[in-house]
Formats: sequence, structure tokens, C-alpha cells
Amino acid sequence: MTVVLTVAALTVREASRRRVVLALGVLTAALVGLSALGFTRLAGESLTSGEARLVASILLNLVMFGFSLVAALGTAFLAGPTLAGETESGTALSMLARPVRRSAFLLGKTLGLVAFGSGFVVLAGLAEILVVGTTVDYWPPSPVTALLLLGAQTAVLLTLTVLLSTVVSPMASGVIAVGLFCTTWVAGVVGAIGGSLGNDAVERVGSISRILLPTDGLWRGAMNAFQDPGALAAFGGADQGAGAFPFLSVSALTPVYLGYAALWVAMVWGLAALAYSRKDL
Amino acid sequence: MHDVSLQVGRGEVVGLLGPNGAGKTTVIKMLLGLVRPDGGEALLLGRPAAEPAARAGVGYLPELFRYQPWLTPAEVLALHVRLAGAAVTDAERRECLATVGLAGRGDDRVGGFSKGMQQRLGLAVALVARPEFVVLDEPTSALDPLGRADVRDIVLDLRSRGVAVLLNSHLIGEVERVCDRVVVLDRGRVAAAGTLAELLGQRELRLHLTGLTAEAEARLARTGGVHREGDWLTVAVPADDESVAPELVRALVGLGVSVHAVEPVRISLEDRLLGILREGAADRAAQP
Repeated sequence: MTVVLTVAALTVREASRRRVVLALGVLTAALVGLSALGFTRLAGESLTSGEARLVASILLNLVMFGFSLVAALGTAFLAGPTLAGETESGTALSMLARPVRRSAFLLGKTLGLVAFGSGFVVLAGLAEILVVGTTVDYWPPSPVTALLLLGAQTAVLLTLTVLLSTVVSPMASGVIAVGLFCTTWVAGVVGAIGGSLGNDAVERVGSISRILLPTDGLWRGAMNAFQDPGALAAFGGADQGAGAFPFLSVSALTPVYLGYAALWVAMVWGLAALAYSRKDL
Repeated sequence: MHDVSLQVGRGEVVGLLGPNGAGKTTVIKMLLGLVRPDGGEALLLGRPAAEPAARAGVGYLPELFRYQPWLTPAEVLALHVRLAGAAVTDAERRECLATVGLAGRGDDRVGGFSKGMQQRLGLAVALVARPEFVVLDEPTSALDPLGRADVRDIVLDLRSRGVAVLLNSHLIGEVERVCDRVVVLDRGRVAAAGTLAELLGQRELRLHLTGLTAEAEARLARTGGVHREGDWLTVAVPADDESVAPELVRALVGLGVSVHAVEPVRISLEDRLLGILREGAADRAAQP
């Protein structure tokens, strides 16, 4: 356990020393600042309360997607160098020659990355919720659930990056992970459009992608928890086209899917641990 | 690797020698659980090497040494002390840095260090958790002559404290000065092993001869390996038999050979190593 915590703390410290925190902080501050400006102007428009909630819901989901993307990029390109990079450069040699199990080392790395990535997205999301709340007086129905799902989405992507970085080069692992994240999101949007059009085959694209990589599924759950329950009705209801809109989600996450996402993380991490344990350094 | 068997005792320094690709670093990595062997057995301080706990008393300086550039040397040592599960005070860690010549640099960023300073830090990492067995893989590859002398002193100090040391180095002179025993690897096999006295036990005679007959050449070949350069011949002779040289000269004179000069030659470890490796290459070439 000492090894896991030591490596996790080292990973968080690496992120902060490598100025990733600074870069993310500047990007986040810029995004939050710009959205604050936009929401302040929105408050000055003569909108009905329903319209204001609808616009705030959509914009909040849009900004949160921006945070997800920043977190995905930041953490994917941090996870690659910290694991595959350390193995390639020789930094891992002296550490793994200590009385350390490779699985414990990998768990420490993963937990450190998850703490960093999920911590970032939760804090940035919380800042955005406060901005929206104070400017247009819109408070999401389930902010805690939404933020936790955003954090879980980052954890899923990080687990995938950890697996990739045990088998491919640092840069390739980051590129593949971010590529898959974006592809899954697009597949989710395509699936939602298929659903709203009543086309089962197209809808299935989204369902399959959510099974293969649960980031989009968790993201849709987060959106649902961020958005105003009346937002879907404004678009004619879930069955009448609201689902086709990329920044609205028609349904909340089911416990079964959450359980599947947890199982997915455990399985993928287990594969990563197996690959890393058998790797010749 | 095939049939590689070696042992490093407490208070003993064992040198690993061999050409590039002989498997020296691979042997070390197998010992430390960094490379998985297909089979065989390795024990670290009495415990199976596959158990991570067996590495608790081991200090290792890898050939490819690199430490977190965003940490300070003091932080790198603190990290390794924690990973080793050892209790080492801050003062001891500072002393360890001073031993490797990094006194006063403990709070600088490792990223700003030269290769030589990083290798010195690597030595400190290998020594910091009070190891009972130290593995040094090319410990002086980036060091200046002063640094090499420091490493020699450190290795001799470790030996005097009863620490077992496995030293892999291309610098034969370095190995000759500090090692009690040497293991020569070639193409994944042990080509020779023994104490320096055993390995260097063979002597050579350098002879200036004219009028050499076929019979005389056969007599020389019966004595030992012959290497010829014009009228000068070098013959390997057993170290423990003082009568060989006079008997050989007497026989050569008896066979009508003119003996102009006879010089005893001491074989250096480098010559011996080259001899072993060339013999191995010749044997392989002779095999169908």
C-alpha cells in the first residue's frame, strides 16, 4: 500500500512540476472567464425563465464538454510519458528494481493520474456551475452526480491510456486514446440522431460504441444531470428530436451501465497490469 | 542466455566481462526481475529473485540511468528510500550524496544535471537504502577519471563492509583493480570464470627463434598455444610449472633451433579476455 500511495503521490507531483497544472489552469480560467462573460450577457437578454434555463442547460453542457476534452487531452498526453516514457527512458528501471510489485506500481500511477485528471474536471466543472448559478441563476438538478460522472469519464479514458502505454510508445498511446474518445463521442451523436429518426441500425452505432468505450455513456449521463428537465420538452420531447441535439441527453444513467463501466475499468486495468507485469524492461 | 551460473558472496566483488551483446545486462536484469527468464533459478540474498521482497536489500545502478528530471536529488533519494521500505535519516541521505560527490547539490533540479552528475546520483540511489547487495551496470560510463577513482573507492569500501558487489564494466582495468572474481560472458554463455589469479594464471614466453624446423614447431605446440610474428613467437605456458621454460629452450636447442631471446610475458586481463573470446569465435567457426 505504501508503494501505491508513494507512486500515486509522485505522479500527482509530476503533473504539477511538469507545468501541466499551470497549462490546464490557464486554459480552464480562460474557458470559465469567457463563459462567465457570455452568461452575463445572456442574463441581460429578455428571455423567459424557461428559455433562460434551456439556453443555460445547453451552454453548460457545451462548456463541460470543453472541460472533458481538455481533461482528455491533458491526461492522455500525461499518462503516455509517465508510463511508457519512463520505461523507454530507463527511469522505471531503478524504481522497479526496488521491492515493488509492478501491479502496485501501475496502480499507483493510475490512481495518481485519475486523482489529477478527475480532480481537474470536477473542480473546473464546479467553477462553471458556480458561474452559471451566479450569472443566470440556473442550478443543475444533480450537480454532484454530474461532476462525479465527468470524473468517472476521465478515469475511464485514463485507464485506456494506461493500457495503451504499456504496449505502445508514449505519443501513440495519447493519440489513440484521444482519437478513440472523440470517435466514441461522434458515434454517440450519430446514434442519438438515429434514435430520434427511429433508425435502429444507426442508433446501434452509439450503443455499441458506449459498450466498447464507456466515456460517451458516462458523458451522456453527466449531461442529463446537468441539464434542466424541461429542456427536452422544449425540443419536442425525447422522442421528437431532442435526442439528436448533441448537448442534451434524453435519459439518466442506469445503475447497470454504471456497474458495467466499473467492470470495464477493472478489466482494462487488469489487462494493463498483466501486460506490464510480463514486459521485459 | 544458456547455462549461466554465477554467485556473488558477501564482501566479494564479482566482475562481469564480455563483448557487446554477450548478455551481461540481461543477466543483471533477470536477477532483478526486470527481464523474465524462460527458466532457471536465481536467488537474491537467499530468497527467490522473482519475489519483489527479495530486492529489499539490493541497490542498483542501471546502465541506462535516468532519474525524474523534475525532482531534486534529495527527493529522488527520499523516493527510493520509501520504495525500499528502509528507514534512512535525512542526514544519512545527505552523506550519501556527499559520498558520490554531490554535496551541496541536493536541492538542485536533476533536469539540470550533466550525464556524469546523473550517474553519480544513480550511485547514490544504489547506495542509499543500506544495501547488502549492490549491482553496478557500467557505473563509470559517463564519469571523468576522478569520478572513476571515486567509484573504485566506493566499491572497495562496500567490500570492506561485507556488501556483495556485482560489477559490469567495459573498463577492464577497473575490473582488474577491484574485482575478486571475474565471469566472462560470450553469446549468452559463461566463457570463463574464476579468481583473477586463476584467470591470469597462464604466463607466456616470447621467443626470438631462427632455423625453426617442423619438429621444433610441433614441440612448441605441445607446450601451449603459439602465436607467430616473423621470427618472434609467443607461447602460452602453465603458470605453476617453473621448469617449462628451461626445458623448452633446451629442447629447441637440441632440435637445432637458434634461440636469440627468451622473454617472460605477463598476461593482462585484457589479453586473457581477448584470448577467451577469440578461442570461442574460432571454436564456433570450426563447428559445421
